Amino acid sequence: MNHDYQYTPKNGFSKWLDKRLPLMRFADENLLSFPTPKNLNYFYTFGFILTMCLVTQIITGIVLAMHYVPNTTLAFDSIEHIMRDVNYGWLIRYTHSNGASMFFLAVFIHMFRGLYYGSYKEPREIIWILGVVIFLLMIITGFMGYVLPWGQMSFWGATVITNLVATIPIIGEPVLTLLLGGYSVDNPTLNRFFSLHYLLPFVIFGVVILHIWALHVTGNNNPTGIEVKDSKDTISFHPYYTVKDLFAYIVFLLMFCYFIFYNPNILGHPDNYIEADPMLTPAHIVPEWYLLPFYAILRAVPDKLMGVLLMFGSIVVLFFLPWLDTMKVKSARYRPLYKIFFILFVISCLLLGYLGAKAPEGIYLFLSRVSTIYYFAFFLVIMPVLSRIEKPLPMPIGISNPALNNTVYDSGGGVASGTPSYAMDSK
Amino acid sequence: MNIFKNIFKNNFVLLLFLISISGSVNAAEGTTFKNQKPGFSFEGPFGKFDKESLKRGYQVYSEVCSACHGMKQLSFRNLSQPGGPEFSVEKVKAIASGYSIIDGTNEYGEPIERSMVLTDRFPQPYGNKDEAKAANNGAYPPDLSLIVKARVDGYNYLYSLLNGYEEEIPEDKDIGDLSYNPWFPGGAIAMYQPLYDESVEYEDGTIATIDQMSYDVTNFLTWAAEPTMEERKKLGFVVMGFLVVFLILMYLSVNKLFRDVH
Repeated sequence: MNHDYQYTPKNGFSKWLDKRLPLMRFADENLLSFPTPKNLNYFYTFGFILTMCLVTQIITGIVLAMHYVPNTTLAFDSIEHIMRDVNYGWLIRYTHSNGASMFFLAVFIHMFRGLYYGSYKEPREIIWILGVVIFLLMIITGFMGYVLPWGQMSFWGATVITNLVATIPIIGEPVLTLLLGGYSVDNPTLNRFFSLHYLLPFVIFGVVILHIWALHVTGNNNPTGIEVKDSKDTISFHPYYTVKDLFAYIVFLLMFCYFIFYNPNILGHPDNYIEADPMLTPAHIVPEWYLLPFYAILRAVPDKLMGVLLMFGSIVVLFFLPWLDTMKVKSARYRPLYKIFFILFVISCLLLGYLGAKAPEGIYLFLSRVSTIYYFAFFLVIMPVLSRIEKPLPMPIGISNPALNNTVYDSGGGVASGTPSYAMDSK
Repeated sequence: MNIFKNIFKNNFVLLLFLISISGSVNAAEGTTFKNQKPGFSFEGPFGKFDKESLKRGYQVYSEVCSACHGMKQLSFRNLSQPGGPEFSVEKVKAIASGYSIIDGTNEYGEPIERSMVLTDRFPQPYGNKDEAKAANNGAYPPDLSLIVKARVDGYNYLYSLLNGYEEEIPEDKDIGDLSYNPWFPGGAIAMYQPLYDESVEYEDGTIATIDQMSYDVTNFLTWAAEPTMEERKKLGFVVMGFLVVFLILMYLSVNKLFRDVH
């Protein structure tokens, strides 16, 4: 609670340790007494939930790798061996496969929350950019993981997606050969995908540490978007947010468990229980649900190369967000116009997800084009324009002070008076 | 209750979205007919397999289906394990010993043939894929170990298909040498009608109608696709029960903690 609080070692051993390796001090400052805005709502619990998702995926994944065989003739059967013969293998595998979906569900909510409350704005640009890096790594890892069971969708999904690389002029073909380890998806592809699928989660883990480090330098944003001013605005991370995060995580776990125990295959495709057959193309090749919005963007464009560029562009554009939206007021709470466009943006993303599962023809194609245009317009047109013309609503003076700030807002400005002091400055 | 409202409001919209997506993925596959739903005992969160039906289903598989379809993921020992047909071990040993297998070579390099034991996989009907195709109108009879998981609405589809062969072919259908089954996508299926009344004589005296056999073998294949289903649902109840208790405690803790935070 106290901003001027300092960690003091209590006994002989912790004093000795503190002089040599201040582990306890580190844990105390970053996990226990870390000053956190007191007004965080449940959207702010997804950081913790995502950490737990990553840990779950890594642990279940390591156990799965003990039994899985990355070989085209054995991979499919080794998964069934896990499902049938390994003790609780079914539990570990269903947790891992549904865990990927839960991970993406959580990361989408986490990102939408960042967009809504302006968490990517000064001074949190690096946190946001690291977050986008994590998201990109997650997509690559998830895609490669889906190939490993070597079912029909694994094989054909891998074929379709890797072939996109070939559309890139000049370097496309050699890069594709390198990626596949040959001229088509085959055993060398499965081998390297397994290797990378095992490696990347640890890379993600490293970037997550940077993400949290950067967060602990600037301190949390909060639903008002007004920076923390003094200790009255904050509460200690423990017990307040450890308990609140845990509560939210259990709600999340209940939903997770519903999928694991009662509907474990609903998020996957039945064709993936058919062993991969390079001679037999499935009627519809669809990626996993969390990649459908990007798949819809890809197919909305008549030109293959442009489609690929737009698909990658839809993630790359996120890196530039802090400089596209220059409005100083962070939270959409005080931005009535932005709020409307934000809701439309969420709808367009959901719509793209829906359309990604539909054949790209007729009304579906038309709608995916409209949604794609809106997706990019939201970042490239609406955000910069709103930053210049939107008049924010009057804001409270501070997190703890609901009285409205009477400072005159200039459009594009409108920060509460006084220099913001960030939580960690007090150190 | 604001806490619940917040969380549910947001998660549920997304949940519904997920479900609608998986629904739409499935719809894209589209069978010609709406599947019949006879109702199975294994459905629902507390569903268990009907053991007698599983036993009859194995009989149908071994006497009819196994002539063309293998089940390479299953071993004889699975037939006696908990959560399955639960034949006695003696019975399964007797079933297994009825089949033989070439297992390695003797000291002169000649193949050794021995009868099967509990740990052996179900026998394969054909030596290889091409032989299977040649014997079946050019279509490969798929392995049935995972057939229920590998089809949309698996068990209802399978039941409808087995029970749904029709003698009369609609005039606008040209199916060539194939058989007509409206539940098969496209209607023309390479598999001849496999089940007729009294195709098998049930050991337990049940009358073997097409409907009864379709039902029993569907039960059996659903179990075979996931022999751990009963264990999964049982554990799920325990885990989720624990989480609900934990949830209540955490809810009270959050409320108490944040009571004084304004």
